[in-house]
Amino acid sequence: MIKKLARSLREFKKDSILSPVFVSLEVLMEVLIPLLMASIIDNGIDNGSGGDLNYIWQLGLVLVAASLLSLFFGVLSGRFAAKASAGFAKNLRKDMFSRIQQYSFTNIDKFSNASLVTRLTTDIINVQMAFMMIVRVAVRGPIMLIFAVIFSVQLNAELSLIYLVAIPVLGAGLFWIAWKAHPRFEKVFRSYDTLNRVVQENVTAMRVVKAYVREDHENKKFHRISDRVYNLFVSAEKLVCMNNPLMMFAMYTCITLICLLGGQQIIAGDFTTGQLLSQMTYATQILVSLMMLSMVFVMIIMARTSAERIVEVLDEESALKDPADPVEVVPNGSIDFNHVNFSYIGEKDKLALAEVDLHIKSGETIGIIGGTGSAKSTLVQLIPRLYDVTEGSVLVGGIDVRQYGLEALRKQVAMVLQKNVLFAGSIKENLRWGKPDATDEEIVHACKLAQADEFIQGFPDGYDTHIEQGGSNVSGGQKQRLCIARALLAHPKILILDDSTSAVDTRTDALIRKAFAEEIPGTTKLIIAQRINSVENADRVIVLDNGRVDAFDTPANLLKTNKIYREVFESQGGKGAENHA
Amino acid sequence: MRKAPKKKGAESPMKTALRLMKYVSGTYRVQFIIVLIAIIISSVCGMAGPLFLGYLIDSVITPLIGQQSPDLTGLFQSIILMLVIYYVGVATSYVYNRLMVNIGQGVLKRVRDEMFEHMQSLPISYFDTHARGEIMSLYTNDTDTLRQMISIAIPQVLAASISVITTFIAMLTISLPLSLLAVVMVVVMLLLTKYIAGRSGRFFVAQQQDIGVLDGFVEEMMAGQKVVKVFCHEEAAEEDFEKINGKLCDSATKANYYSNIIMPVINNLGYLLYVLAAIIGGAMSISGITALSLGNLASFLQYTRSFTQPFGQISQQANSVIMALAGAERIFRMMDETPEVDEGYVTLVNAKEDENGNFTETPQRTGLWAWRHPHKADGSVTYTKLTGDVRFFDMSFGYNPDHLVLHNIDLYAKPGQKIAFVGSTGAGKTTITNLINRFYTIADGKIRYDNININKISLKDLRRSLGMVLQDTHLFTGSIRENIRYGRLDATDEDIIAAAKLANAHQFITRLPMGYETILSDDGQQLSQGQRQLLAIARAAIADPPVLILDEATSSIDTRTEALVQKGMDELMKGRTVFVIAHRLSTIRNSDAIMVLDHGRIIERGDHEQLLAQKGTYYQLYTGALELD
Repeated sequence: MIKKLARSLREFKKDSILSPVFVSLEVLMEVLIPLLMASIIDNGIDNGSGGDLNYIWQLGLVLVAASLLSLFFGVLSGRFAAKASAGFAKNLRKDMFSRIQQYSFTNIDKFSNASLVTRLTTDIINVQMAFMMIVRVAVRGPIMLIFAVIFSVQLNAELSLIYLVAIPVLGAGLFWIAWKAHPRFEKVFRSYDTLNRVVQENVTAMRVVKAYVREDHENKKFHRISDRVYNLFVSAEKLVCMNNPLMMFAMYTCITLICLLGGQQIIAGDFTTGQLLSQMTYATQILVSLMMLSMVFVMIIMARTSAERIVEVLDEESALKDPADPVEVVPNGSIDFNHVNFSYIGEKDKLALAEVDLHIKSGETIGIIGGTGSAKSTLVQLIPRLYDVTEGSVLVGGIDVRQYGLEALRKQVAMVLQKNVLFAGSIKENLRWGKPDATDEEIVHACKLAQADEFIQGFPDGYDTHIEQGGSNVSGGQKQRLCIARALLAHPKILILDDSTSAVDTRTDALIRKAFAEEIPGTTKLIIAQRINSVENADRVIVLDNGRVDAFDTPANLLKTNKIYREVFESQGGKGAENHA
Repeated sequence: MRKAPKKKGAESPMKTALRLMKYVSGTYRVQFIIVLIAIIISSVCGMAGPLFLGYLIDSVITPLIGQQSPDLTGLFQSIILMLVIYYVGVATSYVYNRLMVNIGQGVLKRVRDEMFEHMQSLPISYFDTHARGEIMSLYTNDTDTLRQMISIAIPQVLAASISVITTFIAMLTISLPLSLLAVVMVVVMLLLTKYIAGRSGRFFVAQQQDIGVLDGFVEEMMAGQKVVKVFCHEEAAEEDFEKINGKLCDSATKANYYSNIIMPVINNLGYLLYVLAAIIGGAMSISGITALSLGNLASFLQYTRSFTQPFGQISQQANSVIMALAGAERIFRMMDETPEVDEGYVTLVNAKEDENGNFTETPQRTGLWAWRHPHKADGSVTYTKLTGDVRFFDMSFGYNPDHLVLHNIDLYAKPGQKIAFVGSTGAGKTTITNLINRFYTIADGKIRYDNININKISLKDLRRSLGMVLQDTHLFTGSIRENIRYGRLDATDEDIIAAAKLANAHQFITRLPMGYETILSDDGQQLSQGQRQLLAIARAAIADPPVLILDEATSSIDTRTEALVQKGMDELMKGRTVFVIAHRLSTIRNSDAIMVLDHGRIIERGDHEQLLAQKGTYYQLYTGALELD
């Protein structure tokens, strides 16, 4: 996992290495300072001959230089750490984002939108913070520990034997707390998720809550989970709050022991007061560095979950493999389904489509109808190779879709998705998704075909009207027509409309289909619809039922022979034909 | 009802802090006092150490130096005393740390609970005017910063301040001139950290903004991911992302840089102070200007460390305190929002009808309901049967007073009638139904329910008598059974199955592997939109209200399935007053009255045949000549 994440370091490798280097230098200074201080006291102030002011000055200057150096190194390490961690996060985010761009629909379905957003935002920030801790504190802790131990041994080997006991005891205690607390915190965060979910559901469903007068019910529900969060949190923090007292206990015990043993040595003349003070500073440094290590340990445990979630995204292999020698030209708009079986999860006993065998000629207009869950969308999504078939094959222009370069294929198979979205930006910018270099004339022409030109001209800013995120400032019918225009701009050989005119009135719907027939007769058109009049002028209609082709024939024949088609026709008042007089 | 003036703009941070402190002192007064005492004892004990050290060196150790067989009992006694003092410090430190856990979490729980309860009492308009993310972040980000402040920042800052004060007193007892030196040094330190913290704060704000922009972009792109694929727009998306990502990287680098250097600056200025004190103190001690003993100087040098370190802690916590206060202010602002007005005193009760047709109240569930209407004037009580008669009298309404959404609406629905509203988005259909159940409140007397002014009816009882099925079906995490039971909490399992059968949902539910026990999550994502609507219909059916509001309730069910549901719907609507909003005209064809709305006015009314004969807007809609959005 670490190896995979480290790949995103790239140009920030230098900063990531320099930061701990400067941290080490800073620590070296910090450890040297007590040694120099001991010297000042012993040789300058209390040298047995009434003090040596000169010596104090000289060493004082050295000390000032040391602390300035330490400051300098500290600032540099802080700078490199900030640069390294922010840069690492940037690269990681970039790698994730481009990875997701390579995903196929199968991959996208696997992660929910919300989870991808969390991974790209919160999880990365967690990892960034942990990384900064690692390059600074995780280096600082052990180095300080080592230096401080070395110097204190040099100062007085006998006294430093105390640490032989203190370090393992305190270390074990701190790590035991961190180890024990971690699963409890995991539980806390899970219950926190539940709490957030309850709030979120209430905020979105407030009308339901109020309509059914369930405020008290919801309050009770919330109090239950709020109590649980409280109890879990207390049980976790109960452990963690022992950290500080434990640390103090160890420190004070060490200091007292040093005083006792050191005091005896001073009396015996083997030790000096200055050295005693330095020894105590080292004691503090050693124990503080242990504390830092346990903090880093906790931080890493916490960030581990986030890191795993990030690696999951990076590791996800696109389910679609590009062919070795891709075909880049789509000869025509014919479509063939040869005994296609398809399952979203790749299991043959859970087929979404079964035994589909269809042959559509270039330029035909094909209607597709069927109830909810009859796999209409699934069927058409196989054509631009949004998913790969499980068995059988799909051919476009007589060539298996798996042999095309993806971009070449999708440029020629334009699809208006059922759940379509517009993006924040002007209408023009949105439409240019279909063809980045489209001229204004082309855009207007496409919009005329899609019957969108009229209402766009009606906006004060016309084609420069700003669309809000998700297209929330245009009506459903307008949004659908903009999406159709966007697809038309690509001048595709095959055009697929997946229930794309459901919010458009029947008259405009008919005009769009008329424009299709007159202006782009050569394009193969597949139209999924709920409304029977949307498909009644099609050359042929596919009736889907439960993932199987129930019938494929002309509308007139279907009305006579197909039960489902007739039922749909009748449920809509059988009034389809009379509207088009 | 809590009365709180609505204030625009920011409250002073001081006020917010005081209000927050009330939560602490209110519930946890005793504990908090113990915490304060414990912190003081613990810091004093910590301070006593160095002082003791000076005494140890000067009075115990130094006199013994060089003695042949020194008497160590004095040393042992002193050490034991020192150990006792230190351990009292450890014990009190544990006491306050442990108590703070309960106080911190307890306060958080109270804030959370009050926030949620208050949220439940807020009118729908609050939820219209506040984005979901904004409300959610009160419970996540803002409470989280509050947690960090209460459980980490407050004790640390308290302990640090007390250390500073006690240390300073201790330093003063040793040497006035050296103490002044320390003060000067600390002032320099504070000025420097203030400068750095200011810069870091500015870049943190920039970073937060950039994170916001990035989050927004990522959210949009993830939601539109399939469209990106269909149009091969991946590269362009990556380019846009790169720009935003780079900007965030910049501000994050700067913000973290400044916050990273605060500690080294304070630490090393602390060392400088140490050195200066050693030189000056040493000089004083040697030249004998003041009576500064070696032991005293040693203690003083120790003190300089514990005098400067707390400033590091305080400045590190400063950011979190500022953020938490901002969060607390947002939370309090929500808690100060005025709750829904409910001055209704007419209540809904179970009733019995006697042979004379009079209604009396009864505690049992009789299936018969009556409005209990107390009259203030003479103290008498009258009972009116709940029938579902709804009338609007020349009603106009706007979400804000300068912009009316509905104009002069007159309408009456007799018990058992089916009234339909037709019109494009924004015509005011949903608004009308939202006024009936008082999601929004209108002027007195404009709407009467069973001939009672609805403003006089208790809000809860009014809503209990109205069932509602909305276009956006909201389901709750839990089993299907629990979701249907939401309509009536004491419904039996048989009731639930009957309601599901009525809504034609039973069939698909039983086909699910876990049947009625299937756990729904994420608003029932695993079900199709049509299936979710069927569940919402079942939920309304089990509530068994005399008046039913169906707002695009069947819009996501395909026409063939709708034809199947229709039978159940007809059964459900039998004997009830029903208001229907539907896009699909086939759904409302058999209504008793159809109102065609345009820009908040009723422009046509009548039944299907009458309206077709008028050859007006309805006729155009029906024949497909007009578009509904």
